[in-house]
Amino acid sequence: MTLFDVEKIRQDFPILKEKIRGKDLVYLDNAATCQKPQVVIDSIVHVYSHDYANVHRGVHTLSVRSTDKFEAARTKVKEFINAASDKEIIFVKGATEAVNLVAQTYGKANIKAGDEIVITAMEHHSNIVPWQMLCEQTGAVLRVAPINQLGELIFAEFEQLLNDKTKLVSVVHMSNALGTINPVKTIIQAAHEKNIPVLLDGAQAIPHITVDVQALNCDFYVFSGHKLYGPTGTGVLYGKQALLDAMPPYQGGGDMIRKVTFTETEYNTLPYKFEAGTPNIADVIGLGTAIDYINAIGMPAIAAYEAELLEYATAKARAIKGLRIIGEAEDKGAILSFVLDKIHPHDIGTMLDSLGIAIRAGHHCAMPVMDFYQVPATARASFALYNTHQEIDVLMNGIESLIEVFG
Amino acid sequence: MFDDLRDLYQEVIFDHNRNPRNFRIIDDADRKVEGFNPLCGDRLTLYLKLDGDVITDASFQGSGCAISTASVSLMTEIIKGKSEQEAEALFKQFHEMTTGKDEHFNLEAIGKLAVLAGVREYPARVKCATLAWHTLDAALKNQQQAISTE
Ligand SMILES: Cc1ncc(COP(=O)(O)O)c(C=O)c1O
Repeated sequence: MTLFDVEKIRQDFPILKEKIRGKDLVYLDNAATCQKPQVVIDSIVHVYSHDYANVHRGVHTLSVRSTDKFEAARTKVKEFINAASDKEIIFVKGATEAVNLVAQTYGKANIKAGDEIVITAMEHHSNIVPWQMLCEQTGAVLRVAPINQLGELIFAEFEQLLNDKTKLVSVVHMSNALGTINPVKTIIQAAHEKNIPVLLDGAQAIPHITVDVQALNCDFYVFSGHKLYGPTGTGVLYGKQALLDAMPPYQGGGDMIRKVTFTETEYNTLPYKFEAGTPNIADVIGLGTAIDYINAIGMPAIAAYEAELLEYATAKARAIKGLRIIGEAEDKGAILSFVLDKIHPHDIGTMLDSLGIAIRAGHHCAMPVMDFYQVPATARASFALYNTHQEIDVLMNGIESLIEVFG
Repeated sequence: MFDDLRDLYQEVIFDHNRNPRNFRIIDDADRKVEGFNPLCGDRLTLYLKLDGDVITDASFQGSGCAISTASVSLMTEIIKGKSEQEAEALFKQFHEMTTGKDEHFNLEAIGKLAVLAGVREYPARVKCATLAWHTLDAALKNQQQAISTE
C-alpha cells in the first residue's frame, strides 16, 4: 500500500471539489499546470493582508518583513534543489524566461559563429526557440540528438554530436510530451569530459523527481513554480555561481545595480544582478510555501505513489484496443500520452471533458515530437500526487465509451 | 454516457467523419489551397473546379478531428453547383452561426450545415468547424498561400 493518504491530501486542494458539467472533476492535466493547495492560496492572501511592501528598498518594518519572507523563499528553493548558495537561485517568471535568460546572457557572451548548441528531439518549444534565436543572432548552429521509437534519447548519437565546437548542451530532464526521464547524470558527465556546460530543463521533473543540482553537477537548472503546486508567474534559474558571476546581466533597471551615474553603472552582486525591477513578491513567497508543503509529504513518497499510478494507468491503457501509447521509455514519469485509431485527440478531449475529465489534447508545445511519431497531436493524461486509482478507472471507462460512440 | 454532447456530435457528424464525401484529389483543379489549424494540427487541402463563376466540383484531402472533417465534407457537398457569390454568402451565414453573433442566421439557407451549430457552445472547437470555410474563402479570392486559423 502507499505511504501516504491520498484522500487526506485531496482535502488540501479546494478546486478538487469543483463540479465540471455536473460531474466530479478528474484533473489529469498536471503537466500543463497543477492545482494549488489551500496553504499556498492562504500564504498569498496573508502576504497581501499582513506582510506586503516592496523588497530590498525600505527601512520601514513592512519592507523588512516582506524582504525577509522573499529571501526565505530563496533559501527554501536552494535547499529543495540542494544548491550550494542562495546566490545561485535567480527568480524569474518561469522556465521559459530562465532559458531565454541563459541564451541571451551566457549564450551571447560565449557562443560565436560556427559554434554548436546541442539539444534533443524531445524538447519543449521553450528549449528550442531561444536557441534558434541565439543561433540567428550569432551564426551558431543548433544540433539535435535523435530519439528512438520508445521516446528515449539515443545516447550514442548524442555523444557523437559533442565536439570542440559544442559550447552548450541543453536537455529536458523529463519530457512533457512523452514522460521520458533522460539519463541526465550520464549526459552531464559526457559533456563535462569535453568541458561543455549543461542546462537542464526541469519544468516537468521538478514535481516528480528529487533534484540535487550538486549531485547532478549540472551548470544550469530551470523550472516553473506553477508546475510545483506553486503560483503562476514564478520560476527559478539555478546556475553555478562562477558561471553566473561571469555572465553579463539580462535586463537593466532597479535592484540589479549597485551604483548608477550617467557615464557608468556598477552591477549588483548575485542573485540581484539578474533580478531587475520589482519581483513577483507575493507569488515567490507562495512558491516557498508550496515547497514546504511538498517537503512535509516527502518527495520519495510522492515519487513512489505516482510511479504506482502510472503503472496502473499504463496497464489499463494497454488493454484498450485501438489505443497506442506515445512514449514508452524505460525510465518514465507520470505522463501517459496516447492516440486512438481514427479518433482525433481533440474529439477525445471534448468527449472526456463532458465527463468532467480534464486532459490535454494537442501538440504539447513539442511539434517536432509529433512529427517524429507522425501524429498531428496526442491526448495526454498527466498525474499528480492528488490523483487516485479510481480517477484512472473513470478515465479508462470514458475512453472505452467514446471509442464505442465513434464506432 | 455522452448525452451532454448530443448537440455537438450529431449522428450526421459521425457519419461524415467515418465516410467523408469528396475525399479525393482533383488533378486539374482550378484552385488548390491548404488550410492549417496550428492549435490542433488539423490540415486540409481544398480543390475546386470552376466553370465561369460556378463551382462545378469540390474535394479535399487531409486529416483532422471529427468536427473539422465533417465540416469540410459537408461543405464540399453543399457548394457544388453554387456560384462564387452564393458560396461567399454561405460562408458568412456559417460564420455567424458558429460564432454565435447572430442568433437569427438563415436556417433555410444554411440547410444541412445546421448540424454544426452546436460548436457555438464550445469556443475551443469553433475553429475546427470554420477551417474549411476560411480555406474556401481563400480559394475563392484566389490566394495561393496556405491559410492558418491562428
Ligand atoms: C518540459 C517543459 N519545459 C518548459 C516548459 C515551459 O514552462 P513555462 O511555460 O512555465 O515557462 C514546459 C511547460 O509546459 C515544459 O513542459
